[in-house]
Amino acid sequence: MYTFSKKLKTFSIILMVVGLLGVVYGFMDSHKSYTEVETMLADEAHHGGGHGEEATHVVTETSHDTHATEDTHADEAHSETTDVHVDEHKEHVEHVQHQIANRPWSALYVAAFFFMMIALGALAFYAIQFASQAGWSPVLFRVMEGITSYVLPGALIVLAIAVASHYLGHNSIFIWMNENMSNPDHEDYDKLVAGKSSFLNITGFIIRGLIFIAGWSLYRYFARKFTIAQDSAGDNKNFKKTFRISAAFLVFFIYTESMMSWDWIMSVDPHWFSTLFGWYVFASMFVSAITVIALVTMYLKSRGHLPFVNDSHLHDLAKFMFAFSIFWTYLWFSQFMLIWYSNIPEEVTYFVTRFADYKLPFLGMVVMNFVFPILLLMNSDYKRIPWFVVMAGLVILAGHYIDIFNMIMPATVGDRWFIGIPELSSILLFAGLFIFIVFTALTKANLLAKGNPFLKESENFHS
Amino acid sequence: MEASKVIHAIYTDDDVLMSAVKTVKAEKHHIEEIYTPFPVHGLDKAMGLAPTRIAIASFMYGCVGLIVSIVMMNFIMIEDWPQNIGGKPSFSYIENMPAFVPIMFELTVFFAAHLMVITFYLRSRMWPFKKAENPDVRTTDDHFLMEIAVHGNASELESLLKETGAVEINIVDKEEAH
Repeated sequence: MYTFSKKLKTFSIILMVVGLLGVVYGFMDSHKSYTEVETMLADEAHHGGGHGEEATHVVTETSHDTHATEDTHADEAHSETTDVHVDEHKEHVEHVQHQIANRPWSALYVAAFFFMMIALGALAFYAIQFASQAGWSPVLFRVMEGITSYVLPGALIVLAIAVASHYLGHNSIFIWMNENMSNPDHEDYDKLVAGKSSFLNITGFIIRGLIFIAGWSLYRYFARKFTIAQDSAGDNKNFKKTFRISAAFLVFFIYTESMMSWDWIMSVDPHWFSTLFGWYVFASMFVSAITVIALVTMYLKSRGHLPFVNDSHLHDLAKFMFAFSIFWTYLWFSQFMLIWYSNIPEEVTYFVTRFADYKLPFLGMVVMNFVFPILLLMNSDYKRIPWFVVMAGLVILAGHYIDIFNMIMPATVGDRWFIGIPELSSILLFAGLFIFIVFTALTKANLLAKGNPFLKESENFHS
Repeated sequence: MEASKVIHAIYTDDDVLMSAVKTVKAEKHHIEEIYTPFPVHGLDKAMGLAPTRIAIASFMYGCVGLIVSIVMMNFIMIEDWPQNIGGKPSFSYIENMPAFVPIMFELTVFFAAHLMVITFYLRSRMWPFKKAENPDVRTTDDHFLMEIAVHGNASELESLLKETGAVEINIVDKEEAH
């Protein structure tokens, strides 16, 4: 039996506390008043930032405050030109004000989703190992089960943040959650969003989310139950049950994962859609999950808890990291190139905004998720060196965090992005929670799934 | 060429062959060659053969393919005749790069694969109309043959091989073919 080391427990709690403080600070820091934003924009303009146009507004309008108040009263006496002018200025300031308010929400959401998807990807990997009756991996099953214990809390947190961003945060992440957008009489009316409102509505979103989470958690609950029962069973009945539910789960998973990616990620840009998006999110989730499985395995092995794991198991995990990094790149590029090539305005805006405002994270993640792993993990000798795989794994994880960052942030904070206190502290908060939950789950059962019929093959696995 | 004597020990089981290889290596005899009808897992390690470097060669061929594709597309599409084809930006290579990636990928794979195969043929001396170097036709079916050079220690070797489970031991004159 594994015992949660005191040091690691304290470490995870410190991460959570520090992260929570940072998140609270992020929320407090994001409530800027109209005038604060206005002055901020004026300052930026003076510094020769990208808001040069705004500078003229500031210079020509000598008293913004009166203009702004007059505008809210919709003063008819205003001459038409000044009115448009003031409107534009006001709209711009309010737009930026919203983006700033959205930032802590999005930061929290990106980090929550990132750790949830690691656990979910590990669950899919686990099910595949069972369904394919893999002979190499049974020694790693308990590690995977530990990681998948985060699926239920993690996914509930993601859903809770999404819903809270509507009720508490005034639709900070998903603009379609604003019901006025599908009301033809309201000024916020948006025909495209209204047309999708039969799918994109809060009630449907919550119900679908709960169905996904229920399905995933039920599989994880029963798979865990059966493998624990298999430990002391005399026959393979429990193993066969896990095999059957794993096959069924994989069918359920691939549908729900796809719909989850529309709901939880793609709908941040409700005007945009892409058909291979579900696969793309899946690739990101899968490669991060395998990386975390490798990292946790190496950690536990370095502490002497997994004497039955040898470097061939590590080699196989590293091969998966390598192969699925390339698979991710393949899907990333397929999505990008098809849209870039045909250049249809309604789809290409997605990449135009990312190229205009997110050049470094957008291209940097391709380097981190593709160039790095392909060069580091190509040599088969290197795939057996723990510290080498750890280095490659950390780069891959950081790269896939930025991948999720690039999916969410452009729609919510636009060019007001930065990886600062709200983002880093959200990562710390969920990293701490993830470590705490995963390693607590690891203490609950023997780290070797003793009853698995493929165990002997797995223990003697070498390549 | 001067003819030398070699001893041919024939086995009928790959497990017996493996343990025989280990015994012979332990006795510090040099194994010239082993003929098997199928790949025997771990035989190269037991014989102490150096690992292959063909993967490294293949990586370098792949790099050559990548460079060829980049230079070719850059010359044709950007430098030689930068036409406007359907509004694609042909001002610089990087601007139109996504359109070239399928070609870059395929040529990398093409060079890596084909040149590696050709390297394999050259290094293992295989080509059409090549005379088969097979000391015993049964080794392509169900027999394993170990070939050890004789340096005046024939009887000692023979008894050693007998012990390892060889079903047949022949001492033959060998023309130096290569």
